[in-house]
Amino acid sequence: MGEGVLYRISGPIVVSRKTSGLKMNEEVRIGDEELIGEVIEINGEEAVIQVYEETTGISPGTRVSGTGNPISVELGPGLIGCTFDGIQRPLVVIRKEQGIFIKRGLNPKPLSRDREWEVDIHLKKDDLVVPNTIIGEVEETSLIRHRILIPPGVYGKVLEIIELPGYRVEDTICIIEDKEGERREVKLFHTWPVRKKRPFIERLPHEEILFTGQRVIDSIFPLAKGGVAAIPGGFGTGKTVTQHALAKWADADIIIYIGCGERGNEMAQVLEEFPKLKDPRSGKSLMERTILIANTSNMPVTARESSIYTGITMAEYFRDMGYDVALMADSTSRWAEALREISGRMEEMPAERGYPAYLGSRLAGFYERGGRVKVTEDRIGSVSVIGAVSPPGGDFSEPVTSHTKRFVRTFWVLDKDLAYARHYPAISWTNSYSGYFEEIAKWWEAKDIPIRSLRIRVMETLTVETHLRQIVQMVGEGALPEKERLTLKEAELIREGFLQQNALSPVDAYCSPEKQYRMLKIILDFGERARDLLERGLPLFKIIELPIFSELKRMGVEIENKEIDKFDKLAERVEKEFETLKEEYG
Amino acid sequence: MDSIYHKRHIGAQELTGPILIVEGVENVGFGELVLIEQGDINRLGRVLEVAGNRAVCQVFAGTSGIDREKVRIRFTGSPMTLPVSEEMIGRVFDGLGRPIDGCGEVIGEEERDVNGNPLNPDAREYPRENILTGISAIDGLTTLIRGQKLPIFSGAGLPHNEIAAQVVNQARISKEEDFIIIFAAMGIKADDADFFMRRFEEGGALSRLVTFINLADSPSVERLITPRCALTAAEYLAFDKGNHVLVIMTDLTNYCEALREVASAMGEVPSRKGYPGYLYSDLATLYERTGRVKGREGSITQIPILTMPNDDITHPIPDLTGYITEGQIVLSRELYQKGIYPPIDIMSSLSRLMKDGIGEGRTRKDHPDLYSQLYASYSRVQRVRSLASIIGEDELSEVDRNYLKFGKDFEGKFLNQDKTESRSIEETLNRGWEVLMNLPESELVRLSKEEIEEYRSK
Repeated sequence: MGEGVLYRISGPIVVSRKTSGLKMNEEVRIGDEELIGEVIEINGEEAVIQVYEETTGISPGTRVSGTGNPISVELGPGLIGCTFDGIQRPLVVIRKEQGIFIKRGLNPKPLSRDREWEVDIHLKKDDLVVPNTIIGEVEETSLIRHRILIPPGVYGKVLEIIELPGYRVEDTICIIEDKEGERREVKLFHTWPVRKKRPFIERLPHEEILFTGQRVIDSIFPLAKGGVAAIPGGFGTGKTVTQHALAKWADADIIIYIGCGERGNEMAQVLEEFPKLKDPRSGKSLMERTILIANTSNMPVTARESSIYTGITMAEYFRDMGYDVALMADSTSRWAEALREISGRMEEMPAERGYPAYLGSRLAGFYERGGRVKVTEDRIGSVSVIGAVSPPGGDFSEPVTSHTKRFVRTFWVLDKDLAYARHYPAISWTNSYSGYFEEIAKWWEAKDIPIRSLRIRVMETLTVETHLRQIVQMVGEGALPEKERLTLKEAELIREGFLQQNALSPVDAYCSPEKQYRMLKIILDFGERARDLLERGLPLFKIIELPIFSELKRMGVEIENKEIDKFDKLAERVEKEFETLKEEYG
Repeated sequence: MDSIYHKRHIGAQELTGPILIVEGVENVGFGELVLIEQGDINRLGRVLEVAGNRAVCQVFAGTSGIDREKVRIRFTGSPMTLPVSEEMIGRVFDGLGRPIDGCGEVIGEEERDVNGNPLNPDAREYPRENILTGISAIDGLTTLIRGQKLPIFSGAGLPHNEIAAQVVNQARISKEEDFIIIFAAMGIKADDADFFMRRFEEGGALSRLVTFINLADSPSVERLITPRCALTAAEYLAFDKGNHVLVIMTDLTNYCEALREVASAMGEVPSRKGYPGYLYSDLATLYERTGRVKGREGSITQIPILTMPNDDITHPIPDLTGYITEGQIVLSRELYQKGIYPPIDIMSSLSRLMKDGIGEGRTRKDHPDLYSQLYASYSRVQRVRSLASIIGEDELSEVDRNYLKFGKDFEGKFLNQDKTESRSIEETLNRGWEVLMNLPESELVRLSKEEIEEYRSK
């Protein structure tokens, strides 16, 4: 094993001298307290190490010893429902052992060593195996069957299946003879280096929507399963609320939520709320399909840097089982700042705004680990990545936002003015985009929903409204012709009745595809009828006075997903009110 | 004493600003406390970096007067600690936590590392109980929650001190119980410190006050320790002794300046506006020492005050603060000039935790919708005002003129109140309804028909 002696300590970055045998990115232990570190630079006999714990009190001369392995995570049954820190230490175990504060020097194993799992074994002696072949299945939670996989790189034949009534993660489940004729014991878990992506056969095109139940997202700026999206927004624009909503409602099999350098109270909210929330499809607790990573802003900056890798490695592991995984990182800006802080402490030459020159390639390395892939010849899995970005001062030209834009295809811009007016989700329709819309339109069309034409009409109305608003700013609404004022009213209906969604209302928080369609349709229908009457010479104020006009703005919170037939009644009322008007005016 | 201070050294290698560099030392730990002595000079410092036998120390009171050859440096082997006990209540300390009120040393029940440790996110309890301050703009629209960190973003000359003092004097947990107030002053003027003391005395808060004072003319680097002492005391009083603690820290801008001073003396690579790249992480280690803990009685609520240089909310200090704290109360120079007190700019202020602390059983049933409506309507007022400034008020539609009337009433009757006036939540909400009645019912889309009926019937 490699080793060294500490020479310089200044915060989380330390330098060791007289090192030998240490590899780049190797996990090391420092001193008697065995603080965890990672080698991030080697220069002759000097190694730069980032320490994942507080370094106060550590002095030069302290011993550094290598572990021989890169920084890795444990992958096996027992991950779901857990909360980890940035380097996969289980926070619940730490709390039991150390109390309310996190002190250093405690490294509990991520997976419980005592818990026994019943495995439903699929393989038998002499079966041929390749990486990701399913050895057996464990019912990890009532929602997730955890598939025990042949680890990457192992090809061969089953020599022996070891049958036990219950397996602990360290128990051997089968013995494989690999291509070189060597015996390899496969356990319930294996480890995988966080900075290395897990192999797969090939990438596949996107076909299915990651349905989120959020109208502005699904109908207007959708994300595909296996797609990558970013949510930029200054503080107070509702990034976290949007991320929470996605974590709650997205129709992925597994959700991995990374609180990267975020607020402690927000994490507390997630930890408290998620177990109580019900998955809208299964009715089970959300925690039965969720893994949380909590590395709040006051926890070591180095662990914040690695937290997104820890998260995405776990995501890839569940993808390899054939699941659709959605990973949310809140916030990638905090991660980039960690990168900058570490780079600054290493005295690297800064590029744009103090960020290291490799910021772009690191971001690409992260987002490119998302995707829909063929895992084995008959299995497909996906990792969708949704990264929040917090541009300082709301400036979208800053490096993290502009680099992120290069690597994502869906961009949900959170707008400060919308947030100020309490229009939530504050996703701007002028600056956001989705590169998946075309691929996903087929999914809607299979449900007989003509999403393309609906979307075009919505976007048209909203774009015209933006122009008209500029004119109104100068001359007042009264100066516009009635036809254009109607466009403003239509846009108002779309904004307040459709795009706005109340995350706090149990009825409105999640909106089914049918409900989204019916809401859109009824709003556009209203516009058409109004336009027709206007052309017949009816004054606009009469139309706006219709009780149905303000009622349409409330249908989101008033009609439940399962009461789709109420839309028929609503549509009838629209028709009736218009008919009455028409008769009144001949 | 010498046995404790096992690592002694005479003479320094280099002195620059607050930095003192010693060579030829062994076994010095990163972050440990150092004592700097020379004749009658007795100063404290901290190790910022060790490399081999060279230690870079930050001297809190600066290096002025220090003789490179004669200075004696003692390494204590432990980080800076603060003796904590309930005896601290009612006492006044300097910026490093040493008593300056002439009442002698505090006998600590325990010595605590002032840097603290991060709270385990799993041990936190999500805060839900509100703190009513008697200020309409806060209680109604940016409700403060026990366990929240809600900063006041202010500008030079704006009445942030008055607002903070009013909150301290009017906030109550219940009729019987009061908050313990911890006041941490960092680089503020003696006048301002006196003002706070006077207001605390008027409000009868002195007996439940712990004060840490670093004035504008006190050593600037000492400021880096002041909030840490205050928060160490807060954690002890809240989580060990079960008190509800309200921490007022002012002025964070001075704290950040001191951080920049040290970073540049160390020759570190600067980030935005010369502040160090770790400003966010450093501020987080202060702000995050707030909250509630599962199974423990107490809570820590923070109201940090910072003055935005040039009233610029995108300046790194308010910007990074906003990303850590749960909202912000922003003061507006425009409202202040109109004579409105408190001049809180509702449009850019926000309390992220309020949604769970208001409504039925907490404040009043109509509060959430009323809040949403007031925001939406006031946001329209801004647009109407800019329109009116172009085309003139007479050209506005009737609805728009109603909005102007609403805007005026909202500022004059809802926001505006006396510096010692404490309004009940009932009164605040009723005033909200009253000013909304300037608008036709069709404009009140965030309120349900039933709510409007119910209010009308009163």
